[in-house]
Amino acid sequence: MTTGSHRTDWEQIARSPEFRALMKRKRRFMIGSVVFFSLYYFALPILTGYFRFLNTPVFGSMNGAYLFALSQFFMAWVLAFLYIRHANRMDRLIEEMICKRKEKAS
Amino acid sequence: MNTMAFTLFAVIVLLTLGITYWASKRTQTTTDFYAAGRSISGWQNGIAISGDYMSAASFLGIAGLIALNGFDGFLYSVGWLVAYLVVLIVVAEPLRNSGRYTLADMLAYRLKAKPVRSAAALSTMAISTFYMIAQLVGAGGIIKLLLGLQYEVSIILIGVLMILYVAFGGMLATTWVQIVKAVLLMTGTILLSLLVLGHFGFSVVEMFNQVSAKYGQSFLEPGKLYKNPLDNLSLGLALLAGTAGLPHILIRFYTVPNAKEARISVAWAMVIIGFFYIMTTFLGFGAALLVGQEKIMAADKAGNMAAPLLAEALGGNFFLAFISAVAFATILAVVAGLVISAAGAFAHDFYSNVLRGGQATEREQMRVAKWASIGVGVVSIILALIAKEQNVAFLVALAFAVAASANLPVIVFSLFWKRFNTAGAVTGILTGLISSILLVLVSPNLMEPDQALFPLKNPAILSVPLGMLGAVLGTLLSREPEAERKFTELYVRSQTGIGAE
Repeated sequence: MTTGSHRTDWEQIARSPEFRALMKRKRRFMIGSVVFFSLYYFALPILTGYFRFLNTPVFGSMNGAYLFALSQFFMAWVLAFLYIRHANRMDRLIEEMICKRKEKAS
Repeated sequence: MNTMAFTLFAVIVLLTLGITYWASKRTQTTTDFYAAGRSISGWQNGIAISGDYMSAASFLGIAGLIALNGFDGFLYSVGWLVAYLVVLIVVAEPLRNSGRYTLADMLAYRLKAKPVRSAAALSTMAISTFYMIAQLVGAGGIIKLLLGLQYEVSIILIGVLMILYVAFGGMLATTWVQIVKAVLLMTGTILLSLLVLGHFGFSVVEMFNQVSAKYGQSFLEPGKLYKNPLDNLSLGLALLAGTAGLPHILIRFYTVPNAKEARISVAWAMVIIGFFYIMTTFLGFGAALLVGQEKIMAADKAGNMAAPLLAEALGGNFFLAFISAVAFATILAVVAGLVISAAGAFAHDFYSNVLRGGQATEREQMRVAKWASIGVGVVSIILALIAKEQNVAFLVALAFAVAASANLPVIVFSLFWKRFNTAGAVTGILTGLISSILLVLVSPNLMEPDQALFPLKNPAILSVPLGMLGAVLGTLLSREPEAERKFTELYVRSQTGIGAE
């Protein structure tokens, strides 16, 4: 990690193929997951607010509305798990990128 | 008067003061004060985030809402967890990589420091104050119910304690108070849930069947609390986008050593917060069945006593005292987190960087930080004393709406939009802040429902687009080559962690 007197050429990093490939993957995951969880999340107030079909009992008196609300928790946990796996991969790419730059510099 | 409850309260006060004394010896520099010396590990910070987030409003309030309104009460719980996906995936790591103590640090990285810091300090102080008044007024009422202490006495007691934690122990004491509180709250909630489920042969379905038998199947269906689905959507948006703009949550990411630990802390927080909010159904339905709505309403119309009464019904006086003490610890931790976030905005952003132009010495900065905490605390106590008997529940919704409309768009644009500039940030924060407040002033929260100019209780559905529009227009109407030039540096730093402090 470099700071202070040691000047880092940010433009050069930003233009490097490694960084661009990294950002392409990061951005794809980010946009994809934000779109997905927003749709899934807002489906709950929309489907419970404007429609009645989720009121059908599924297990005893437990109805679809409660099960769908509960599924939001599991959706959040699964997506968080997938993100962490993805982010750990990105960490390795970043490390490789930094190592490569150091080798070049020395 | 309940001696058992008093004893447990006293134990919590002594424990937290002990933590503060220990932390005060380790708080020497501004990094110690604002960011606990970046010494908190990922899982510790995760528990502290949960502690910061699970307020008395969610513990007592949601249990009561579910007990009295059934399904609709649970909708809050869902939003409060899913919102952490925005924190995790979009905000936490870049923010950790590019800031030091406050939200404004990241913005000032590529934008003009003085205007941006002033605007961000304003929105941070507004959010923290709204949230704080709501917590304190609620706390006064709750302690009165639990212990029979006078409202004024409760407010001053809590106020003095929160000032002591923050002014002397800084972020380190605040963090550990939150960790202790989160552990107590989870223990209490798990115990209550197990006892409730035990009554129904550990079958959730059986519990639902009995709820349906006692209160009718419609109690388990949506629509009892929110008649207008748009209200629900607007609230949902405020929770989803607001959490990632709450300053007292965001500053927690500066207490960990790096972005990876920030990520781990959100993951821990999501596990804890998720389990907690799922258990709110057991508390709520448990209270509705085992205590009964009439008794809950008799104790407090809003339903805040549902969880304590449930504890009394299941475990007698000791369990009631324990749950009351947990609620007390919960309030203390949340208000301490709010004080340090507001004090940081005032002392670090406004005083040190705007008034003193970043020239203040370390000693001066520390002194101002401590005095700012005392000032914020005293002002909050006075406001809470004035707001006695007022219905302030809408203030939490307002805090989330301001965070969603004023902060989140500006954070996201700053991190990802090269063209974004100072004018955009300032107009974005101000339009988000002002439109949220104005819309709430003319909403059913403060006007007669049939006369309200704005029909929804939460303004987010309109104020978030307005905040974004303000940021976009402000940006497009001015040019700032310096901000564009520095974008690349911020972008690489925030996304890779190169050069992070």
